Amino acid sequence: MAEKLFRAALREALLEEMERDESVYLIGEDIGVFGGAYRITEGLLEKFGEMRVVDAPIAEEVIVGSAIGAAMTGLRPVVEMMTVNFSLLAYDQVVQNAAKIRYMFGGKVSVPMVIRLPGGAGHQLSAQHSHSFEVLYGFIPGLLVVSPTTPEDAKGLLKSAIRTDNPVMFMESMSLYNTRGEVPDEEYLTPIGKAAVRREGADLTILGVSRQVVLALAAAQKLEDEDVDAEVIDLRSIRPLDWKTIVDSVKKTSRLLVVEEGWPTFGVSAEIAAGVQLRAFDYLDAPVNRIGGAEVPMPYNQQLEKAAIPSSEDIVKGALAMVGKKVSA
Amino acid sequence: MFQLLDPAGRLRNGAKPPLDDEFVLEGLRWMMLSRAIDARATGLQRQGRLGVFSPVLGQEASVVGSAMALDPTRDWLVPQYRELPAMLMHGYPLHKHLLSKDGVVMTYFGEGASSEGDFHEACNLAGVVKAPVVFFLQNNNWAISTPRQLQSSAGSLAERAAGYGMPGVQVDGNDLLAVNQVSREAVARARAGEGPSLIEAITYRMSFHNTTDNPSKYQDPAELEAARARDPIRRVQAYLKGRGMWDEKREQEFEQAISEEIEAAIVKAQKAPLPNRSQIFDNVFAELTPRQAAQRRELLGEG
Ligand SMILES: Cc1ncc(C[n+]2csc(CCOP(=O)(O)OP(=O)(O)O)c2C)c(N)n1
Ligand SMILES: [Mg+2]
Repeated sequence: MAEKLFRAALREALLEEMERDESVYLIGEDIGVFGGAYRITEGLLEKFGEMRVVDAPIAEEVIVGSAIGAAMTGLRPVVEMMTVNFSLLAYDQVVQNAAKIRYMFGGKVSVPMVIRLPGGAGHQLSAQHSHSFEVLYGFIPGLLVVSPTTPEDAKGLLKSAIRTDNPVMFMESMSLYNTRGEVPDEEYLTPIGKAAVRREGADLTILGVSRQVVLALAAAQKLEDEDVDAEVIDLRSIRPLDWKTIVDSVKKTSRLLVVEEGWPTFGVSAEIAAGVQLRAFDYLDAPVNRIGGAEVPMPYNQQLEKAAIPSSEDIVKGALAMVGKKVSA
Repeated sequence: MFQLLDPAGRLRNGAKPPLDDEFVLEGLRWMMLSRAIDARATGLQRQGRLGVFSPVLGQEASVVGSAMALDPTRDWLVPQYRELPAMLMHGYPLHKHLLSKDGVVMTYFGEGASSEGDFHEACNLAGVVKAPVVFFLQNNNWAISTPRQLQSSAGSLAERAAGYGMPGVQVDGNDLLAVNQVSREAVARARAGEGPSLIEAITYRMSFHNTTDNPSKYQDPAELEAARARDPIRRVQAYLKGRGMWDEKREQEFEQAISEEIEAAIVKAQKAPLPNRSQIFDNVFAELTPRQAAQRRELLGEG
């Protein structure tokens, strides 16, 4: 094991998969000499050349469209969207083609493509550049959607995403790029479709979507002082959802709080709440609670932006309310 | 490429001065203001007092020359993010515009943005309906780190206009007089109901993309040097000097006035009240939805 940056773990996954499999190539805006807007593809152009690290014109629809075509004919493209916000221009290609081609070709053709989507708020990038779009991709049959929160999973999930024959929407929280964590030295894959219990607890389960896991862990620490023992689950996979891990935890703690940065109306948390009441109704001691972003476009002002996204204090407050306590002064 | 002033600020081939000197001086003032704001805003960003900032540096003639071809009382200016002097010049008097019948739209975008499908769709539709639009493409050679030749194999981006049934012209974007002339022609054409035009201003981004960028990673320093020799501000100053309208004293007066104007604006901005947390829910809908109302109560600790 060695401690690595989240961004370095992503880069390692790309490097190792490109070395292992010649059909893997990268395409995106400013990913060559520049090394990507977030430095994830740094040095890969020098190593693999222009055929495998392709700097594209600013045209997201055709970047994804060309990758879909390449994937259908045997290559394994990894697209870097500069940010998830720009993927809207390629939404038609993703929804109408990537997600449906296997089905429409009767299973004879697949689209083994990964689209990497840096996203989330917290950088004063304002209304159009701060989205969390897990839902937008999570509700499309035919797409796998994952979102790592540790360097280990960043690497392991990206490698799995490159190897699966399904299109994968790979959601990256920009705020995590400079976080550190242990990454195994040996070759490993993190399976798609499995949540991870990050902290064991007895009183309630806090389920974090993407970066919210980090906030949930900080909240769990504070909840200890209030004598509340929280279990924290890292969702990791938005589609498919790992019902077993979620339901097992709820059966143990009887309370579930789901946290996402995106808007809660029709959110990932709504889907989880619906599924949990169906699978574990008799175990619940309180309604499933959820915390999400304020239902507004992201404000530019730093303080207002903070107010518009969940904080660990919000999670503490929500958790205490669920176990019938108030925040102590 | 259409040009009136050569890089040394001399009128080409004995051309007559196309604009009166006061107008050119006014243009120069906007250009110098723009450059001074770039320096000051970059400094503020480095001190952590301003968010991400995109300078205009190198493109002042292109932005100012075109914006000065518009009539602020009735025309629309639809900028990208690198047109600060044009925005200062025109403000946003939306109410006037929405009522004006013979207004023209000048819209700005980079050569990078012109690779997007919606640019082509917009040009095509504008051509079909003869919309009164001037498509002003600032070709500054860079889209963040991506050079112009990676955006298109077309020798000239202006030539694309033929495909949309509109005229297209390439102009020296570092020549204030030339930019203003082709812009006036395009605006007049639009105003007369003859339809849209595409202007490709050849210029050069002499600074970073924005304050998060570091061009030394991808830019050949020789290229930047060559661009400096074509500096749009020095070109206008040289031209005005040749006409007896510019000297060191005048330059100092301009710089002094500009600096005072900027400092006053910074003081004003610093005095502006900080927004309140409760305001984040304003202006999303005409009135709050029930969930927004609940979120707002929670944010303000009202249960
Ligand atoms: C749809 C979309 N894709 C990508 C980006 C990221 N981006 C912002 S500015 C920029 C470069 C634009 O270059 P250009 O159009 O030439 O304008 P310039 O910055 O040179 O003025 C890119 C890629 C974006 N904002 N929107
Ligand atoms: Mg450009």
